[in-house]
Amino acid sequence: MASFLGPQEWEAVALSLRVSFWATLWALPIGIFVAYALARWSFPGKQIVNALVHLPLILPPVVTGYLLLMTFGLQGRVGAALADMGIVFAFRWTGAALAAAVMGFPLMVRAIRLSLEAVDPRLEQAAATLGAGRIWVFVTITLPLILPGIVAGAILGFAKAMGEFGATITFVSNIPGETRTVPSAIYAFLQTPGGEGAALRLVAVSVVIALGALILSESVARRAARRVTGA
Amino acid sequence: MLDLRMSHRLGDLTLDVAFRAEQGVTVLFGKSGSGKTTVINAVAGLLRPDRGQLRVDGDTLMDSDKNIFLPPHRRRLGYIFQDARLFPHLTVRQNLLFGRWFARAGARAVAFGPVVEMLDLGPLLGRRIGALSGGERQRVAIGRALLSGPRMVLADEPLSALDEARKAEILPYFERLRDEVAVPILYVTHSVAEVARLATTVVALDAGRVIAQGSATEVLGNPAVTPLGARAAGAVISARLVAQDDDGLSVLEAGGVRLWVPRVAHPLGSGLRLRIAAHDVILSRERPQGLSALNIISGTVEELREGGGPGALVALSTPAGRILARITRRSANALALAPGVTCYAVVKSVAIAPENIGA
Repeated sequence: MASFLGPQEWEAVALSLRVSFWATLWALPIGIFVAYALARWSFPGKQIVNALVHLPLILPPVVTGYLLLMTFGLQGRVGAALADMGIVFAFRWTGAALAAAVMGFPLMVRAIRLSLEAVDPRLEQAAATLGAGRIWVFVTITLPLILPGIVAGAILGFAKAMGEFGATITFVSNIPGETRTVPSAIYAFLQTPGGEGAALRLVAVSVVIALGALILSESVARRAARRVTGA
Repeated sequence: MLDLRMSHRLGDLTLDVAFRAEQGVTVLFGKSGSGKTTVINAVAGLLRPDRGQLRVDGDTLMDSDKNIFLPPHRRRLGYIFQDARLFPHLTVRQNLLFGRWFARAGARAVAFGPVVEMLDLGPLLGRRIGALSGGERQRVAIGRALLSGPRMVLADEPLSALDEARKAEILPYFERLRDEVAVPILYVTHSVAEVARLATTVVALDAGRVIAQGSATEVLGNPAVTPLGARAAGAVISARLVAQDDDGLSVLEAGGVRLWVPRVAHPLGSGLRLRIAAHDVILSRERPQGLSALNIISGTVEELREGGGPGALVALSTPAGRILARITRRSANALALAPGVTCYAVVKSVAIAPENIGA
């Protein structure tokens, strides 16, 4: 693939993969926790949490990106505090990962929550009568049973991260080698005279990666579902 | 040993229950809606009653006055659910071993091998849950509960989701559980046949209250206690298998009285419990002659209870034990039945179904 792509294009692909990987990895445990809380607990402000989680799905991505910039930019409160601890998001690839994670989060939570709601709580009760405390019930019963949902959520989140453009470019700009992911690179090449060839090659790579992810997720989800139904 | 006292409001039903369960099988018996499942769930810790105390083997598991409520996983009570509730993502072996994982080292160890053997689970061990029949599932559920090293096993209508053939297949395993394993069992059912065959002690519930408590013979032989209505009444007789006749009948002996029943496959000399449904018993003042029915037992009327409808329930004291007969009030009058009167109970052999005879 490296010879098919020019160095700049390869850089964008590698960056996109890195950004999406870390975005998915960090979002997943939080996504599982939030999905569990929304599916199983009742607490004051649950509807607000639910709305907040879904907000990036409804808001224009540019708005989400701008909100991220205000919060996590160096001028933002959280951003400034984090910068004191050495964690910087603004105009770094980590910021692109944060934007991708936030944008993919609602999709991830939805997929996991759906599979959680399909788990029979009576199985968890049965596990408790056999001596398993709450955490063990979660690890040994709930988690394996929602594995198909987790896989689906992760793939959706990853795909969303690969394609994220609006929030990323607003939050962390379009810096080659740092925040220029595949969509940003395609956009940039299209703005440059004679860049159509590079853009087209990146489009081809995007299609291949997306199809690969889809096929992988289908097969993993099918295998996991077979395991879970006990057939 | 279990000692429970609890009260709980559940919709229109106010439960107010107190009983003890000792060694053997204690059956909570009542019709649906009488509060049985609520009681067993409170024992398991799946439901928190409004008020109550529960002690098992001297440990307090629940005391509303002291605000003690142990969560289910710290009670060490193995629960066999009506719907088995096996874990679909695990194999049979993994299901069986699930509770063992969490059982404390000091828990009363029930060995894997003997339990697998007792429940005939060997051929199933490597299978997945989706590939099991209903009866097999329930056997795995019994083994799983037992192997968690419980102080007591709880069973909530474990046979009611099965068809008749499966019930007949699983019931003997509970008999073996009662006779071969030292763990006491609290068993919920609305089936008289299960009470008759399994119960060491019966706790009869009606509308959230305990209406009788005692051995199966005492409680089922009491015409005043009919939690399922007089139609389901029937006394239990303890008998011994003395002979197998070659025309397909088995001969039982109870208190010097011989009884002929359809062939039962138990070794000669074994003690059996026999339930005789009250509506299958005919009463006669004279010893009947030229009758096809094989079992004719003489006795004295002990008690006569007339119901609101056309029926009456007659308790007869016989050498074989107490027998209940459900006849019409008209017949009771015509025969001038009253306490102290001698009469004969007539029971057709074929009226005694195999499910009503057990070890």
